[in-house]
Amino acid sequence: MYSQGLIGADGRTEESEAFLDAFQKRIDAEEKIEPKDAMPEGYRRTLIRQIGQHAHSEIVGMLPEGNWITRAPSLKRKAALLAKVQDEGGHGLYLYAAAETLGVSREQMTEELLSGKAKYSSIFNYPTLNWADMGAIGWLVDGAAIMNQIPLCRCSFGPYARAMIRVCKEESFHQRQGYEIMLTLCRGTAEQKQMAQDALDRLWWPALMMFGPHDADSAHSEQSMKWKIKRFSNDQLRQKFIDATVPQAEYLGLTVPDPDLRWDDSLNGGKGGYAHGDIDWDEFWRVVKGDGVMNRDRIKARKKAWDDGAWVREAALKHAEKRAMRKTQEAAE
Amino acid sequence: MADQALLNALIELADDHNILSHRLAEWCGHAPILEEDLALTNMALDMIGTARGLYSHAADVEGRGRSEDDLAYLRVEREYRNCLLVERPNDDFAHTMLRQLFFAAFMEPYWQSALTSSDETIRGIAGKSVKEVAYHIRHAGEWVIRMGDGTQESAARLHAAMQDLHIYTEELFHASEAAGHCARAGLLPDRTDLRETWLETLTPIFAEARLEMPEGVPPQIGGRDGLHGEDLGHLLAEMQYLQRAHPGASW
Repeated sequence: MYSQGLIGADGRTEESEAFLDAFQKRIDAEEKIEPKDAMPEGYRRTLIRQIGQHAHSEIVGMLPEGNWITRAPSLKRKAALLAKVQDEGGHGLYLYAAAETLGVSREQMTEELLSGKAKYSSIFNYPTLNWADMGAIGWLVDGAAIMNQIPLCRCSFGPYARAMIRVCKEESFHQRQGYEIMLTLCRGTAEQKQMAQDALDRLWWPALMMFGPHDADSAHSEQSMKWKIKRFSNDQLRQKFIDATVPQAEYLGLTVPDPDLRWDDSLNGGKGGYAHGDIDWDEFWRVVKGDGVMNRDRIKARKKAWDDGAWVREAALKHAEKRAMRKTQEAAE
Repeated sequence: MADQALLNALIELADDHNILSHRLAEWCGHAPILEEDLALTNMALDMIGTARGLYSHAADVEGRGRSEDDLAYLRVEREYRNCLLVERPNDDFAHTMLRQLFFAAFMEPYWQSALTSSDETIRGIAGKSVKEVAYHIRHAGEWVIRMGDGTQESAARLHAAMQDLHIYTEELFHASEAAGHCARAGLLPDRTDLRETWLETLTPIFAEARLEMPEGVPPQIGGRDGLHGEDLGHLLAEMQYLQRAHPGASW
């Protein structure tokens, strides 16, 4: 699924100006930076944090949808949801592997997630309360993720860019699948349509928050843009998402829960776009800082899986050791 | 009579796959390592695919306009015909993997033999499932070996799983009246024939895992008559909730 419109590039660095200039020239020439290339420490730290947060978002993101797998309303929907949540686990796996190329282990990253040091997308701290949430997550959350991730396919760091190409293909499938769930519900019974509206009411604003703070409040975005880790600003991407999504909501016959939403000819450099009401940034920061409805439960669930699984991982290691030892003994005999 | 027997036997088989798929799906997002979240989900997906094929075929054989979902979501505990093994709770990773191995080691020769069924749809389902189930044996078998020949704790947990689960394996080889009829008609394999192959698959795995199957304990049987343990009702209550709360809605 997706990582938050990333909070904070790390510009601190100890390299010489000549080194930094040479690095910037490579970036400006659109050369891909590969794991073994020399890179500023700030660039490395920013990527470790961003890719790590992205991976954690995929893994924690399995929980809100996993919440409905055993209650999916048909065998076909159950299979599709299982496959979708499995894709998210797969995305987490390539992203952890991409971060590992920068010199951090999956175990370290997992520990940072479980201790609360590493963040993940705040959208997953909202609960999934009805089946339509499975539609709305695909449509809105994966939709927002795609807006953020398509530019990441051109990110300056090669392994991240390549992982994103595959991830984006799968996300766009998820987005269509989510919209199709919404469409089915909106054409169904009055209760089903009500479920769909309820899901949109609860997830619309959190989806807009996924793009991160307004540009004026996004302190480190500039460095990330310069390094071509990021290509568009938070507000540009958010606007693109709103412009694409509002007509889709209209087609469903649903009401976007923003009384200030209106068409404005002056937006997008005169091409027009949807102006929106104020985003509740207090809520955003409250959830990012750990006080959303589900923050504690999400980490608790991840921690439980990790702790309950400790004996399994230990058994696998021990067995591998025993095998290796027997092999050495056989060779010696 | 022939159609009724085929319908009932298909439902038994479909219920086995549907229920075990559901159990595996309960792990999704909660497995010991990320690779297992993917692997358990993969097996759940294989099995739900097989269940769908079997339910659809059953619905066609019945010819009363019921759908795969009507069969899966609108029957209660006493109408479910799965064997008891597949409804056993996940408990821990050792129980989950041993249950999978017991079941897959049975289904592999079953599907192998069903490749020559006189029913074309069954041959098709067998062709797809036989490849999948070979992977399930490999995956579950490797874990059983790692756990049995791993740490003291993993070995103890695997032994506990064996104590809990082996009593449910005998039922795999029992043919209901419907299944017996279908075996004689060449539609489905004879369950009673498969014990030897099942043991041939398990013996080398258990040897490496330093695991023994207890003998002389009376088996638990009853699923094919709709006589289940208490866990199945809870599973169905969860699985069927939306279909029951919104009768007739399409999803």
